[in-house]
Amino acid sequence: MLTSHAEVLSPRTLTEALAAKASHPETVALAGGTDLMVLIEANKLDPSRVLNLWGVPELRGLDAQDGWIRLGALTTWTELIQSPLLAEHAPALVEAARTCGAVQIRNRGTLGGNLANASPAGDSLPPLLALDAVVELGSARRGLRRVPIERFFLGYRKTALERDELITAIYLPARVDGDETFFRKVGTRRAQSISKLSFCGRVRRQGGQVTLARLTFGALGPVPLRAHTVEVALEGGPVRPQLAELLLNDIRPIADVRSTAEYRQRVAVNVLRGWLESLVG
Amino acid sequence: MAQLIGESIGRVDGPAKVSGRALYVDDLHVPGCYYGATVRSIHAHALIRGITLNLDYDWSDVVVVTSVDIPGENVIALMTDDQPALAEQVVRHVTEPIALVAAPTREKALEAARNVRVEYQPLPALIDMTRSQGEDPRIFGRDNVFKKLELRLGDVKAVKGGVLIEGEYNVGHQEQLYIEPQGVLAVPRDDGGVTILGSLQCPYYVVKALTRVLGHDKLNVVQAATGGGFGGKEEYPSMLSAHAALLALRAGRPVKMVYRRDEDLRATTKRHPARVKLRTRVDESGRLLSLDADVLMDGGAYNTLSPVVISRAALHVSGPYRWETAHVRAAVVATHTPPNGAFRGFGAPQAMFAVERHLDLIARTLSIDPVELRRMNLLREGDLTVTGQVVKAPGGLLALDQALAAADAPLPPLSPIPGGGGDAARRLPGRGVSVVFHGCGFTGNGEAKIKSSVILELQGERVRVLTGSTDIGQGTDTIFPQIVASILDIPLSWVEMAPHDTALVPDSGPTVASRTAMVVGGVVDAAARKLHAALQAEAKRPGPFAELARARRVRTPLRVEAQHQPDPTLRWDDERYIGDAYPTYAWMATVVDLAVDIDTGEVTYRRLITATDIGFALNPVLASGQIEGGALQALGWATFEEVVTDGKGLMLNDRLTNYIIPTAADAPEMVTLLIQNPYAGGPFGAKGLGEIPMDGPAAAVAQAIEAATGAVLNRLPMTPERVLEATP
Amino acid sequence: MKLSFVVNGAAREVEVRPMARLLDVLREDLRLTGAKEGCGEGECGACTVLIDGKAACACIVPAVQAHGATVQTVEGLADDQRLARLQDSFVRCGAAQCGICTPGFLMTAAELCQRSQALSRAEVRDAVAGNLCRCTGYQKIIDAVEEALCADQPR
Repeated sequence: MLTSHAEVLSPRTLTEALAAKASHPETVALAGGTDLMVLIEANKLDPSRVLNLWGVPELRGLDAQDGWIRLGALTTWTELIQSPLLAEHAPALVEAARTCGAVQIRNRGTLGGNLANASPAGDSLPPLLALDAVVELGSARRGLRRVPIERFFLGYRKTALERDELITAIYLPARVDGDETFFRKVGTRRAQSISKLSFCGRVRRQGGQVTLARLTFGALGPVPLRAHTVEVALEGGPVRPQLAELLLNDIRPIADVRSTAEYRQRVAVNVLRGWLESLVG
Repeated sequence: MAQLIGESIGRVDGPAKVSGRALYVDDLHVPGCYYGATVRSIHAHALIRGITLNLDYDWSDVVVVTSVDIPGENVIALMTDDQPALAEQVVRHVTEPIALVAAPTREKALEAARNVRVEYQPLPALIDMTRSQGEDPRIFGRDNVFKKLELRLGDVKAVKGGVLIEGEYNVGHQEQLYIEPQGVLAVPRDDGGVTILGSLQCPYYVVKALTRVLGHDKLNVVQAATGGGFGGKEEYPSMLSAHAALLALRAGRPVKMVYRRDEDLRATTKRHPARVKLRTRVDESGRLLSLDADVLMDGGAYNTLSPVVISRAALHVSGPYRWETAHVRAAVVATHTPPNGAFRGFGAPQAMFAVERHLDLIARTLSIDPVELRRMNLLREGDLTVTGQVVKAPGGLLALDQALAAADAPLPPLSPIPGGGGDAARRLPGRGVSVVFHGCGFTGNGEAKIKSSVILELQGERVRVLTGSTDIGQGTDTIFPQIVASILDIPLSWVEMAPHDTALVPDSGPTVASRTAMVVGGVVDAAARKLHAALQAEAKRPGPFAELARARRVRTPLRVEAQHQPDPTLRWDDERYIGDAYPTYAWMATVVDLAVDIDTGEVTYRRLITATDIGFALNPVLASGQIEGGALQALGWATFEEVVTDGKGLMLNDRLTNYIIPTAADAPEMVTLLIQNPYAGGPFGAKGLGEIPMDGPAAAVAQAIEAATGAVLNRLPMTPERVLEATP
Repeated sequence: MKLSFVVNGAAREVEVRPMARLLDVLREDLRLTGAKEGCGEGECGACTVLIDGKAACACIVPAVQAHGATVQTVEGLADDQRLARLQDSFVRCGAAQCGICTPGFLMTAAELCQRSQALSRAEVRDAVAGNLCRCTGYQKIIDAVEEALCADQPR
């Protein structure tokens, strides 16, 4: 299939968009198209109806509200990179955005699209997970609801989105003093690459003691995951790099055309240890 | 007059290419054109039980062609006649073409192809090249060997002393990955023949193949603007042209076939995978006493150009070194996998990676500096190659010295790790050096056999160059006019290239083998001199060309034809592989600086210095562009590019998201030094340079990784997975 | 749908399927064949055009999202003196060989030319990393973009 014959509806408001999704739940949502168009080209998807969200103003915008940063679902990777607000509050997400595709993709690909597509290799997923992001979902009937990111991903390319729902925004808590974050993507090359694995870490230290740890990995399994064992071990003490070895309790990497399970496992530990070592100084 | 030759004038097709006016096959708009698609085998080896059409499908505007519809012979004529245009009773590799369809739109053609049903009876398949020779099932000839050859210098067995050092080196497939996929437009002619417009390197190859398939020679082949070839558009376009021509003649209308990227990756030729075993004796000081080499290559299911590829591998497995004795055995065998074919370097890169890695092994074993080991053994004036050729004006030492001197300059900054976390302490620096040579032009008496021809035509203030040599990006259409204008002392604007249309231009031999500038450029040079002489004869007086041309009153064009005159002093025994294997050699030294991430095994390239003896640079910017592009292909092969196949030989990573070539961010800064060392047999002293940049960088990278991490890698590509695993 | 947009400065209207690829609309309906198809999945950048001034791969932009937009293709570059300089640099520096990737690189570079900040060589490399070239090793492409960007800097 080179071109889709899908019917397209282009709503002008969020209300129109949610109404359209509610009346035709099989409708596929289209944001920047950087994933959807590829799936159609590869014959993996042949939607009969498409909801073009590109012109819905309520889905745009990036601002601070009451201790949270709100990112409209249509926020592009380029907008993430250029935002002074995110540079301050979510540098790890900005780093992830820099590694996503290349400028042509970053100009059109969106955060909401990255979540909805739910590829295990999605570049934004580990930072959003490490930053305790909250996903806002809207439906015409039930209004808006908020889902912690950890409960958003249910399985391989399966999310908490109901059939009549759209992602409207992503909320990030404002940065807290003492938080240190790190993002690392290990891809197939330096740019325009898909992750073999990606890692995002966040620790909060008070008086040399770790009071909070978030260690998240992408592309190791069907959903982005948190290394709970290592997190728990880290919390309540000083940073100890050797705890990285405990990661093997948390991950069971997959093998695919991009890399091997052994590599993913070893590199996940190395990258985590490397970061913990740099924290010790 | 301005000195044109040796100047970096902008390419003549540059303005068209930067404005979007250059027309590639897919840009050609032809009213009423149909689009073609191919039905391909899903089995590595099977009997075809039947080909049927889904009767529920609307075939009213679809044309279908199978082998029974071929008017001539069902063969893609190249070296041997083993490869059919369309499989008949048997398929011998996945993706082998079985049937063709054409329809008014691309979508309809692809859909129709899916509605052609092929019934197979699968047969046992032979996928592993190491189990092919003499084994069952038989794919080619009596023993599955496309070509086997042996060469000897002295008696290896007589050498007993020194240290015995053995190594094995393996390299995988590599895809040419021209950015423009293969494409051809076939247009029926009024005389019942057909015109082919294609993305291709060798128009006369297509003429030869199509004449057999169609059973007549009412055809002409025109090269469209071609978006890269690198060997990948040497022989494969014959297949695609045959398909498009069969459909066009059947449909009675133009048919365009442009492969989608995934089809191009799965179905077209690749670089031959190879296994090279080297057994050498070296004395304590590092002097190379004996080379015993065993080269095995996987040709895939059909012969294509494999015999020539293995020949070049055998002739380069010595490296640019002086061996006292040598015994080289080389074989290319058949497997039930898609045929491998021409790709820049043509067998030499595989051999050169092996021998350069082996020199590193020798250096390690004897605790000698690897650069000093190379310096000590590089071929010098008067030395003998392994075929007994006397080396003249070798440039290896010069190249090595120049590259090393340039490497003293400070390195560019190490670019940060993508996604931050750029801790320089976790990336280990390494430097690697390699030296290679590459035989320019065809092997042995190859040039004598094909008698390349070039025609020049003078009319008014215009000299037209007619040649079958194509410009696939390397700059033929610019350097040939530069040569003509320089010889005749006329402005460049007087010279124009005739379209590369076989109805107009003579056969100048294929555009391959680093031969176009050196060999055909030499014929252009000779033709220009001949034209001047003819003009003086016509005017019955001597004088400058421009003046005589302006004074000329004859209305018909003045036309001369020149043919390549091989160097009569060259001697070559094609049976025993003794003598002057190539008219001359290009030489290149590489110094690569990189960093290896100790956590991930990822390699970051920092700088690539090359110093290349190319005889003379006809156009330095175009020449260095060739070197840089080829060198990056080599770096891609070194650390990124891996063809992943399933048990049937089907390429699994058939997309640009998973067949990974380097981006600008992956490429190093390059310092490209061109060494002038004129060769009397080439125009203005020029030698071939198209392929040599593919030969050396991979081995230099391996040495650099070893220097950085201690990881010894003898298999390409050196992916982060392999680097990490090999790191002690 | 009736797609209305501005292409290289001229208002255009075309009847298209809304999910048709912008690349096909440009190449087939408008016969602007400067943008090339190298992969069909936004990976090689040969089809790069500017949509409202921003580089995008036309092979993965549905026509419906070009409605009301301003699209620039390589065919329109020469209209802008500054961008015409970019084309000159490409020819002079040897940045184009086979030329199939060239229109895409030019359009990505055209977006860079619109930005005001100076870029290091490494930043130029990153900026054009969405365009694949197999001929040049990128060295001369980076040279050409750098040269054109430098010419833009106020002296």
